[in-house]
Amino acid sequence: MSAARTDAPLDARAFGLLCLSVAAVLALHAPHLPWWLSAALAPLLFWRWRQRRRRPERVPAWLKLPLLGALALAIVAYYGSLFGREAGAALAVGLLVLKMLESERPRDARVGVGFACFALMAALLFGQGMAATFAVALGLLPALATLRALEPAQPVPAAGPRLLLPGLALLGAALPLALLAFLFVPRLGSPLWGAPNTHEQRTGLDDTMSPGGFTQLLLDDSPAMRVSFAGPPPPPGRRYFRAYVMSDYDGTTWRYRDVAAAPAPLEAVDTVRYRIDLEPSHQRVLPMLDVPLHAPPGAQLLRDRVAMAGKPVNDPFGYDAVSATRYRLEPQPIRHRRRWLQLPDGYDPRTLALGRAWRQGHGTDDAAIVQAALALFHDGGFRYTLAPAPLGRDAMDDFLFHTREGFCEHYASAFTVLMRAAGIPARVVTGYQGGYWNALGGYLLVRHSDAHAWSEVWLAGRGWVRVDPTAAVRPQRVDLGAAAAAGDQLPWTQRSWLQSLRNRWDIVNRWWNEGVIGFDTLRQRGLLTPFGIRQADPALLGALLAASCVLSGAVGLFWALRRRDGADPARDALRELERRLARRGLTRRRGEGPRNYLRRAARALPAQRAELERLTDCYLELRYACREPSPELLRRFRRAVRDFRAARVVK
Amino acid sequence: MRDALRRAQEYAERRLPALTRYRRPEPLPVALHRRRIYIVPTRFGLGFTVLLLVMLAGALNYSNNAALLLTCLLGAAGAASMLVAFRTLDGLRLEDIRAGHAVAGEALPLGFRFTSRRTRCAVRLDLGDASAAFLLEAARGEVMVAMPLPTEARGWQALSRVRVWTTWPLGLFRAWSWLHPAQSVLVWPRPEAGGPPPGGHADDERRQRLHRGEDPAALRDYRRGDPLRHVAWKASARHHDLLVKDFEEPEARRDWQLDWRQLGRMEHERRIARLARWLGEAQAQDRRCSLWLPDERIEAGSGPAHYARCMDALAKLP
Repeated sequence: MSAARTDAPLDARAFGLLCLSVAAVLALHAPHLPWWLSAALAPLLFWRWRQRRRRPERVPAWLKLPLLGALALAIVAYYGSLFGREAGAALAVGLLVLKMLESERPRDARVGVGFACFALMAALLFGQGMAATFAVALGLLPALATLRALEPAQPVPAAGPRLLLPGLALLGAALPLALLAFLFVPRLGSPLWGAPNTHEQRTGLDDTMSPGGFTQLLLDDSPAMRVSFAGPPPPPGRRYFRAYVMSDYDGTTWRYRDVAAAPAPLEAVDTVRYRIDLEPSHQRVLPMLDVPLHAPPGAQLLRDRVAMAGKPVNDPFGYDAVSATRYRLEPQPIRHRRRWLQLPDGYDPRTLALGRAWRQGHGTDDAAIVQAALALFHDGGFRYTLAPAPLGRDAMDDFLFHTREGFCEHYASAFTVLMRAAGIPARVVTGYQGGYWNALGGYLLVRHSDAHAWSEVWLAGRGWVRVDPTAAVRPQRVDLGAAAAAGDQLPWTQRSWLQSLRNRWDIVNRWWNEGVIGFDTLRQRGLLTPFGIRQADPALLGALLAASCVLSGAVGLFWALRRRDGADPARDALRELERRLARRGLTRRRGEGPRNYLRRAARALPAQRAELERLTDCYLELRYACREPSPELLRRFRRAVRDFRAARVVK
Repeated sequence: MRDALRRAQEYAERRLPALTRYRRPEPLPVALHRRRIYIVPTRFGLGFTVLLLVMLAGALNYSNNAALLLTCLLGAAGAASMLVAFRTLDGLRLEDIRAGHAVAGEALPLGFRFTSRRTRCAVRLDLGDASAAFLLEAARGEVMVAMPLPTEARGWQALSRVRVWTTWPLGLFRAWSWLHPAQSVLVWPRPEAGGPPPGGHADDERRQRLHRGEDPAALRDYRRGDPLRHVAWKASARHHDLLVKDFEEPEARRDWQLDWRQLGRMEHERRIARLARWLGEAQAQDRRCSLWLPDERIEAGSGPAHYARCMDALAKLP
């Protein structure tokens, strides 16, 4: 209130905590800020903290203004604009650090804390995993501690991390209401304004494939999807998740081409019912186990039984599906046969010659040609490695006849080219293979590093048949997974015991993804199904939100209004008696002892004289007769007080 | 703006005492309870609410559930801080107010004694334009808060309303309660700036003059009230402080008999001011004095208690 005090400069402790809050914001944003910006802002923040600690004086304007200009220029130069998600976050963090240069008063500190909270939330736009969320929640603690430090007249502050404990307690107390609000805040069916543009270059399955292109992907062990099955999971060797079916080859790269026709006919023998929770892939394709029977809701099944969602999957997305694991796909003679035999002109002459030679050697026995190719990979001195030698213009010739080393992409590509050269319709399929079966959670964890490429060939009478040439070279790849196949070529984080620990821990991430991130409009609507309400509409949710606020408020008020006077029960009982007498106008005067007061009351209330005298005696005995009053007497006194009803005063 | 608000508040309190809970003076001790504690968000609290709404809209729009969860958490923490603010004041007792002494026009030191069984942080007390913050620790159970009270005229002065308030813990909400203790403080009259010494003692002066010319017995430090002509300028020039020639103590000084009736020709308040000055001089010189007032006679005496008694009597004059 008084102008003098609110304008008092910030003390060193509050300013230190404020700097800590800003440092937390900077640390949480650092992963997606350009490195030079973090490297410039962090020392600036540290310098300002040291400077104000030594000599509390203002930073001159000639220093602040150029810094502000430099920040804006650098961001425009790097991102091309001041708006958008990345540029906006960088600008916000930069401005927050610069704000510290002119924070001198409690008011500045409050503005800074509010801004820091906003920037912390903005960090979640870049990833809402469990670790990130908890990190942001921890980042709130210094901000709350700063606000506390702005208040005057506090107990001697604890030092170090214990300074943050009261904020933690406050957040803990707020958690029940926060969870209720989280459940009941009605979600928006469609966004009010455009979603943030994501130009993020994330490694993931692509709709093109060239030998060697997966290298980055195979080292990325972040989860790609989680699969749970209605029945027992298929054995490891049959866990093929198809994403793209690629037909076009230009000598270096296989391409997927959309064919929007009715799905190819399928005769399913065995089917599996399962659910996939897909991590954001920023692609439209939805990987499916083997060959799906139907498209998942909201997606379309294309000719080659590739499932495509309506829009890129930018948020975690779950879908249920049924797939055939034993099947005959397109067993009738295929149309567009030329499409599956297409090869670029003027590439890989030796490979084409080998394919034709096999055709001549085996006549019309397509299966024998396939076996010949697999035998070549198995016995031809081929080696499985994640770091193969680079290939020249005639890539397949180089691979088959010179380097003889590579991973799934190389084998699938070479095999398909060989088959086409031999006149067998063939295509490359990319997707995921394998995964870690989490027995505790009952789901299959598929990582990006489980990305795989294989082939499908069309054999008369059997339709499209999956052939995995990599398995011929390295059976472990299919049976034990990518990590086992790679041996010690992987970074240490993906090895053995650590990897298995991470696989087990993944169940927590899954819970988080299902329970928190995946809690969308649909799940919210179905929230009350166990209580017999099929569709919880926004009005009902709003009412529930209000009810939970009232409930939490009531619990909070009960806590706030409870008086803990229990140290001395006899005194509390006397207080209660005083309250009852005060209602009849008999207030205990200052300096009036209990005996005098109760005597006066007895005189004023002749009808209850005997009762009051008994109470007086009882109290005096309780107080002064012995050192430790007997519990029995205490109980009697309290009961007598409770039963006492003061009648009207007789004047 | 602020003045207009204050005028509106005063008007509302005058016209709608039931609504604004205008507190009539009440005897001490006063315990704060839920019926007299009010809470509103501070300006920062309002700004923070707007910020939370923006974050809520953003989280919902981008269907970012993690951000939504943390926004809810922050909002709930803010709401919980309101209860903490209430609890900081609830049950706090103002036991008594101790008043110091002051002459009219000077600030009178007041001591507010608060007690509580719980620790209470960052409670502030406003009286007029003055404000103080205090911490009440459960281990001590009580705290004495000093607060200056501006005074204008001598006599009994009723305490105005004081406000106890807090924005603990986050500064988002202000909880406050008005206290209007039924207590008055006695303000002493202001002594006149200068004037003649008490009448009938002019011989004192003459006796001192007799001493002039005699060699000073010693030099001593300057004390307030020493006549300038006794300063030993030459000796002082060689020292940090002023030195005064200390003459032989005149023979035992006589008591001053300060008498209301001697100042018959003077105006009422000026008489009081003169008596106050004489009392002050007597106190400074450690001289015994007696005081005769129309309705009170105070026997000769000296010392702070005697001085306070005489000044109280002067202050209470009609």
